[in-house]
Amino acid sequence: MPKKTYLQAINEAVRSEMKRDPRVIVIGEDVAGGQGGSGEPGGVGSVFGQMKGIYGEFGPERVIDTPISESAIIGAAAGAALTGLRPVAELMFVDFVGVCFDQIYNQAAKFRYMFGGHATTPMVIRTAAGAGFRGAAQHSQTLHPLFTMVPGLKVVMPANPYDAKGLLIEAIRDDDPVIFVESKFLYGMEGEVPDESYRVPFGEANVLREGEDLTIVAFGAMVPRALQVANALAKEGVDCEVIDPRTTSPLDQQTILESVERTGRLVVVDESPPRCSLAADVASIVAEQGFRLLRAPIRKVTCPHTPVPFAPQLEDAYMPSPARIEEAVRATVGFN
Amino acid sequence: MVDTALKRGRNAVVLSLHIPEPEGRPGDPADFSKIKLPEPGEVRRPPIEVEPAEIRDLAFTLIRVLDREGRAVGPWDPRLPAETLRQGLRHMVLTRAYDDRMYRAQRQGKTSFYMKCTGEEAVAIAAAQALEFDDMCFPTYRQQGLLVARGYALVDMMHQVYSNARDPLKGRQLPIMYSSRQFGFFSISGNLGTQYGQAVGWAMASAYKGDSRIAAAWIGEGATAEGDFHNALTFASVYRAPVILNIVNNQYAISAFHGIAGGQRSTFASRGIGYGLPALRVDGNDYLAVYAATAWAAERARSNLGATVIELYTYRAEGHSTSDDPSRYRPQEERERWPLGDPINRLKQHLIAIGAWSEAQHKALEAECAEAVRAALKEAESVGTLGQSRPSAKEMFEDVYKEMPWHLRRQRQEAGV
Ligand SMILES: Cc1ncc(C[n+]2csc(CCOP(=O)(O)OP(=O)(O)O)c2C)c(N)n1
Repeated sequence: MPKKTYLQAINEAVRSEMKRDPRVIVIGEDVAGGQGGSGEPGGVGSVFGQMKGIYGEFGPERVIDTPISESAIIGAAAGAALTGLRPVAELMFVDFVGVCFDQIYNQAAKFRYMFGGHATTPMVIRTAAGAGFRGAAQHSQTLHPLFTMVPGLKVVMPANPYDAKGLLIEAIRDDDPVIFVESKFLYGMEGEVPDESYRVPFGEANVLREGEDLTIVAFGAMVPRALQVANALAKEGVDCEVIDPRTTSPLDQQTILESVERTGRLVVVDESPPRCSLAADVASIVAEQGFRLLRAPIRKVTCPHTPVPFAPQLEDAYMPSPARIEEAVRATVGFN
Repeated sequence: MVDTALKRGRNAVVLSLHIPEPEGRPGDPADFSKIKLPEPGEVRRPPIEVEPAEIRDLAFTLIRVLDREGRAVGPWDPRLPAETLRQGLRHMVLTRAYDDRMYRAQRQGKTSFYMKCTGEEAVAIAAAQALEFDDMCFPTYRQQGLLVARGYALVDMMHQVYSNARDPLKGRQLPIMYSSRQFGFFSISGNLGTQYGQAVGWAMASAYKGDSRIAAAWIGEGATAEGDFHNALTFASVYRAPVILNIVNNQYAISAFHGIAGGQRSTFASRGIGYGLPALRVDGNDYLAVYAATAWAAERARSNLGATVIELYTYRAEGHSTSDDPSRYRPQEERERWPLGDPINRLKQHLIAIGAWSEAQHKALEAECAEAVRAALKEAESVGTLGQSRPSAKEMFEDVYKEMPWHLRRQRQEAGV
């Protein structure tokens, strides 16, 4: 299978869906990247190059460079989606959701419900999230817990290139608003990605590694870290199961509970401040529904309850590191 | 029941979506032929008491003072003493030298990110000189000239850019997002447009308290599309807030040309008209024009006549930041062809024209500024470049709240700091 980056996988998903379905359009700031230079159709194509070349291929009517107004971008996408178009809107950094959140949680997410089931809003909001690339407090957040708690939204967090493509295709074909959270940290990650189109269903976790001693549930950029720790500890005979739920809404609770049934131990890794995080959410689900399965207290590995700092050493200390994950695993396995 | 008469087709033509097109793309010749420039000195200067409705035309023209020969002409000439002009020139040359050096520092891996204001120096520096020191500035990331003009130490700016142990912002803020309470320089926001509402609120509070200070805010033409811009204009108008609302139209928002922000439909200054605010459109590369317009707006604000919108018409001569390559989205020779020239060259030419400056003095000034930057850099780098000298990891947990709550104390202990 050909190797591609997470970034290329995202690009490919949008491109293939645009080819397949004329209703799919792209809308956002800098998505055309200066509307294409000679010699390089598509110019820059989004600030990380996610939409590179797409303007060149599909032209100005389907790749709409917008004024800098997230509220109008998301509002326009929602309005266009109601007419049957399938907008893929880009929110350059998830941190900017502050200025358009009303359009998301009070509007798009509630249309179907409040319009008596007569409205369908098939839109995707692609957005770049996460720390670790020196973006400071207003360009580094992971706000997936905020989206996850909103009824009516689906929330996707791909953790590898294969899933990035398959989940994005699934998102574009979905008839409800989907928040597609791209990890800036993973844009360069390489992996096997088929050239053809395929879908990865929502609500089905990916078990990256099977194990008997402990279950690690991790999201987005934390998945490779969790896997790294699991592989290292395996050499010492600590056998961890690593689960990537892929989507936080819907959440594959069954796979997690079944795993904990076997292992009796749970560590949840989430790049968010601890309170009301996905770590807290998964921990509460397991505590509520799997209390008798547990042989040790659940451990959460999260960021502190602070804004994301800038200085590299501070930012590195902010993110859940492999060392902290390992420490949590050891403490949980060693509990008696 | 559905009224079928209302459902019948009404359009004789099929609807089509308008997409703005830039005048030029990479590989094309730079084309500024659509820009209509009034002659320097041509635009009238109304008294500050004028009704905004009487000067709507000033939002569609261009206030210019410096002519092609470097003479100051017309009613907007602020008639500044040569010493003020020489100071302005020095601040601009210093800002450019600082930018050039820090840009290189980023390329050398000494910091992660940098943004220059090359070609736009007059926008911040003439304004800083026209304002009082204790007027409050709410800048974007391209008005570092305000700090330079107010005498903030270059080395402190560098400590911030290097996020080192002497960083005044304690390692918490993106490089170039300076802030200084003492120098009346509000923190720069990573999220566009927020400073506009805050500037209006600050100005309203100043009026509420019966103070004498005014506020000034800056925003890029691209960011005027944000709701915050329009919301702020509403409040500024309703409460006659003593604030100057500057729009820096440097033609680009990252890769998007001004037409994407609506610049082909109307001027950015004209945004003020709908709110009943006086609006001036000014040659942003003309130091004297920027100074004069700012002074006019400041006097209005100080006389309880409220807010003024000023569009500063300029050109972003270099990339958006260290993260983009402008040759990918605009014609290469645009910079040389920009019809309003370079602000430093124009002020220099003026000073020479009035006999208050010489080429030799200018060379000496450039050398002096380069040396000042070099000395500051040496000091900053002796403390450390990015990642080399750290603010303490403790800093991460401080200042989240006034008092550190128990849960943060515990998280700090768990982090071992
Ligand atoms: C709310 C928000 N949306 C988008 C961005 C990303 N962004 C940063 S700078 C920029 C371009 C701004 O252009 P303009 O306002 O014209 O200012 P200039 O950079 O030209 O000085 C964009 C889109 C942001 N920082 N905040």
